[in-house]
Amino acid sequence: MATRNMVEAITSALDVMLEDDEKILVFGEDVGKNGGVFRATDGLQEKHGERRVFDTPLAESGILGLSIGLGAVGYRPVPEIQFFGFVSEAIDSLTNQMARMRFRTNGTLTCPITLRSPFGGGVGTPEIHSDSYEGFIAQMPGIRVVVPSNPYDAKGLLIASIRSNDPVVFLEHLKLYRAEKMEVPDDIYEVPLDKANIVKEGHDISIVAYGAMVKEAINAATILEEIGVSAEVVDLRTIAPLDIETLQQSVSKTGRCIVVQEAQRQAGVASHVMSELAERLFLDLEAPLSRVTGPDTTYPFPLGESMWLPNAHDIVRKVQNIMENY
Amino acid sequence: MSKLIDFKKILKQTNPDVKPFQIMDEKGDIVNDAFMPDLSDDQLIQMMEVMVWGREYNNRVSILSRQGVLGNLPPTEGQEASQLISQYALEKGDWLLPSYRDVPPMIRHGVKTRQAINWYNGHTDGFSYDKSVKSFPPQVIIGAQIIQAAGVGLGLKLDGQKHVALTYIGDGGTSQGDFYEGLNFAGVYDAPVIFVAQNNGYGISVPRSFQTRSKTLSQKGIGVGIAHLFVDGMDPFAVYVATKSAREYAVSGQGPVLLEFLTFRFGPHTLSDDPRRYREHEEVEQWRSKDQLVRMRKFLERKGLWTQEHEDVIKEKTQHEVKEALDASRNVEKQTVSGYLESMFEVMPQTIKEQFEFYKAKEGQ
Repeated sequence: MATRNMVEAITSALDVMLEDDEKILVFGEDVGKNGGVFRATDGLQEKHGERRVFDTPLAESGILGLSIGLGAVGYRPVPEIQFFGFVSEAIDSLTNQMARMRFRTNGTLTCPITLRSPFGGGVGTPEIHSDSYEGFIAQMPGIRVVVPSNPYDAKGLLIASIRSNDPVVFLEHLKLYRAEKMEVPDDIYEVPLDKANIVKEGHDISIVAYGAMVKEAINAATILEEIGVSAEVVDLRTIAPLDIETLQQSVSKTGRCIVVQEAQRQAGVASHVMSELAERLFLDLEAPLSRVTGPDTTYPFPLGESMWLPNAHDIVRKVQNIMENY
Repeated sequence: MSKLIDFKKILKQTNPDVKPFQIMDEKGDIVNDAFMPDLSDDQLIQMMEVMVWGREYNNRVSILSRQGVLGNLPPTEGQEASQLISQYALEKGDWLLPSYRDVPPMIRHGVKTRQAINWYNGHTDGFSYDKSVKSFPPQVIIGAQIIQAAGVGLGLKLDGQKHVALTYIGDGGTSQGDFYEGLNFAGVYDAPVIFVAQNNGYGISVPRSFQTRSKTLSQKGIGVGIAHLFVDGMDPFAVYVATKSAREYAVSGQGPVLLEFLTFRFGPHTLSDDPRRYREHEEVEQWRSKDQLVRMRKFLERKGLWTQEHEDVIKEKTQHEVKEALDASRNVEKQTVSGYLESMFEVMPQTIKEQFEFYKAKEGQ
């Protein structure tokens, strides 16, 4: 077993899967010789050949359309969209085509596609590179949206995604690529899709988060511990569809819940989590459900993002407010 | 100042007036003998039969749609050669990626007429074909099938299969970004794809002249460096030879081909559309004189291979086929919301399981 950061864990997942199944193809802009702008596909073309790992013309709609055609004739494409903010160029391929292929053909044609893409703020990218568009993709039934929060999960979830016959949008938070190292097995293993993870147990309040906000939630829980509040941290891992069962268990135990997302406040994943919980657990709740999110502005330019992004202190303040008032 | 660049001259060179590739003219005479395909009498008759079938099929389903028996549909009269003769030139195992107007070639490719009927009416039976039928369902988004065809073509190439993906689009669709991306991707990977632009004059009400300044649609192949040809789409022999040649070229690993078939949509865009708002009667009549059925009939009659009686038999058979398909379509299992929910994912998530149970109970009441 080796110690790997998230981007290395992703490379390892792609490597072992390319080895495992010859129908898997990895492609996108710069993924071949260059190994991806974040080195996620580093060395894969050299090892598995240009037939399996290749560059594409610079066109997002083309990349995803190509994936759909390849999927229809028996391949298992793992395309990369270089930054998720660019996915709007390919929304038709994603929402009108991939998401509904199984539905419209009664399963005759499917899209066993795993779209990988970096997203998320805090690393000072130019505009439209960091935007968190997971919420509007999560709104489309037929696509799973998976967001890992650490290297171990990243490899296991990516393997499970590639093996899934349903299309998956696999989002890799830019800030997490090299944020931490941990033991990641060399071999194939799966972290199940559609399952949330209780990262830290607690009994006063549930903090539900995903992606980079899991770290902020854990940091907040540590601070809260010091002031006598026991917070449970739930990592969604798959943000669409939701693991309602795990959420319900956690919140019915703690009686309080806040949802943390980096994306803007309006609509989105946090709203959906809150409405599911409100509908199911109203009588178990000891406080209103609440959330910590980015503000409803366009994603800011790099020099404005540190104030814009939610952090552990925002979470602590929100929890304190809830604990004091309810 | 030094001499200015003569852009007008460059434009003339790169955007030239060209005549469509033709083998048989409007009188049914062979005018380009060098390219006349070597077809047996049986094949010549088959080509006429398939076009007569296409015309009669369109007549029958249009009547049924007007009667409210079928949903709205896009008529195909005028495009029999471009749709059905291009399909006729394919081999078993080739893939079809049709647009919403290309239902007749899908039937010739193996989709059941019953399923075509169910497609107009919006039943999932009309979208889900036997695995042996190499066809996507009709595409409603303009241009999406073009990029998907690039993927199918690349897959066929990677498998070492000697097959092509053939995809259809209208003249309006060639203005879409996905049209360019599909051509470009297929070109880069030398994918065996035949892109058929059926230039039928109008994108709903917008004439071809408002789609692009380029003299032909096929010359858009130049921009991405792929082979291309401007073809008289109402000349069955020209369509046949163009498609057959493109197929051979593509499966031999030389890359994709863009074919423009110049044709005409005699009817409306769909049956909810009134073409009298945007085109003159005279224009339609001019195109009538170029009709593929008329010229093929003349050609075959001169050879003693076609009679009115034969044509009537084909029409009658087609009417019978549509009637039987309509009856069969009514016997297909009714759609349910629980069935819809079941087909969303291979592995059903908890949220959908709950909704499945709810609708199962509701449907059982």
